Amino acid sequence: MKKTAIQIKEIDHVATATAELLPSETVLVTGIGNGTPLQVEERVPRGHKIALRDIAANEQICKYGEVIGVAVADIKGGHWVHIHNCRGAKGRRFDSNPIENGDGYDEV
Amino acid sequence: MKFKGFRRTDGSIGIRNHILVIPTVSCVNRVALDIATKTGAVTFMHPYGCTFDAVENTTTEDTFIGHGCHPNVGAVLVLSLGCETASALRIAEAIKATGKPVEMLVVQKQGGARATRDTGIDTVERLRKQTPSEPQDEGDVSELIIALECGSSDAFSGLTANPAVGEAADVLVGAGGTVVLSEITEMVGAERVLWRRGKNDQIKQDLMKLIKEYEIELSMTTQDDSGVFISPGNIEGGLTTIEEKSLGCIYKAGTQPIVQIVKYGERPTEKGVVIMDTPGFDIASVTGKVAGGAHMVLFTTGKGTPTGSCIAPVLKISSNNETYQAMADDIDLSAGDVLEGTKSLKQVGDEIVKLVMQVANGKQGKSEYFNIQEFAIPNVSVVRKEVMHQKLAEQNDFRFQPS
Repeated sequence: MKKTAIQIKEIDHVATATAELLPSETVLVTGIGNGTPLQVEERVPRGHKIALRDIAANEQICKYGEVIGVAVADIKGGHWVHIHNCRGAKGRRFDSNPIENGDGYDEV
Repeated sequence: MKFKGFRRTDGSIGIRNHILVIPTVSCVNRVALDIATKTGAVTFMHPYGCTFDAVENTTTEDTFIGHGCHPNVGAVLVLSLGCETASALRIAEAIKATGKPVEMLVVQKQGGARATRDTGIDTVERLRKQTPSEPQDEGDVSELIIALECGSSDAFSGLTANPAVGEAADVLVGAGGTVVLSEITEMVGAERVLWRRGKNDQIKQDLMKLIKEYEIELSMTTQDDSGVFISPGNIEGGLTTIEEKSLGCIYKAGTQPIVQIVKYGERPTEKGVVIMDTPGFDIASVTGKVAGGAHMVLFTTGKGTPTGSCIAPVLKISSNNETYQAMADDIDLSAGDVLEGTKSLKQVGDEIVKLVMQVANGKQGKSEYFNIQEFAIPNVSVVRKEVMHQKLAEQNDFRFQPS
């Protein structure tokens, strides 16, 4: 059986791997992704996120159609997205984090 | 949707008929345990009941009262040491006001632990005779309060179990029922979605303020500026930020408007989706919602947890089939088939609604096999004291000067 990763909303940058993904494998992006194949570029543990396309440093990363954090480095499509390259903006002591009817992120 | 339950004097309906022993202070935990073990009454072990922190003392008393007043409780034995700060008398009187049988025993006056146990066993038997043995009264789903909780989440919780519970929440609320979402820490990062859900501007603003307070409090008390107040297990499971965890978490409450925000342990007066102010710690969160009258808890879990409540069934719904198989004794239902692609969220949601009605009709939840269960209240004073000390030190307060 082909390995799958679930994409929830159209604008999402990431999909969640339902099995461990290994480099050189092809994963089928299910959910909203309708089974589109994606080349895996590095190991992604089960339950972790794989980038669906290139994400530039400082770009907001979306899952569930909402922002879950900001890229701290360029992330290539097919790579693993986790705490080493995605930083949340909430709950930081020293960042200014204005909040008005929302969460301080730009509208997506 | 109807069920057979226990109609109480105050008009509420219970789905269980427990005799609850409340140890008003941790010093008498063992006596309560002894009585419960020998009679089949239910109780909880806790480290509270004697503190000079007024807020904590009131929260403790109110949480005990909430448990005593709970519709799933038929009668109550209040067990006091005799010198604690939590007022056993206030607790007993408040529960009596609901019209249910309440008795009180004071260990220092009964002649010690063994003597109190012996009297306590007789007391429980007497209380039991004053409550019905079988559910005789018809209740409607619109009278039920269903708490929503997630614990030991993994990256699939937000994809399977939480949205499936959300489907169930929509059905229950659609039938006139009430669901209670809490764990304000797990709303940090999901403000935008919750803002849209608020029934009116007041609720929207109150909720944003509440979430902001938690965010500030947590950012001030975490060890470093990591910003990730998600657990190591969450990170290992694939959750990267609190935003990601929160967005997955709030799926549990479905899509209906948020109609009321209640304090910790407060009983909702509105029907629909209600938010309660509780911390993210599962035990304190479940305890608060049960104190607020939740008949049962829908508890989603990624990695699995056995925790329960001594008076309300805590039903576990796993996000994946592996965890369900690994902890089959503790998990009531798996949403894992969604992941396998063999069931839709709606199908699992309907299974959850069916389970809710079965459990309301007396089916035992898997956590209910034991009559002594977990109990915790939010540790409010620790945070408050830290902030207080920091502030006084910054101001060079005389109390911090060397003598």
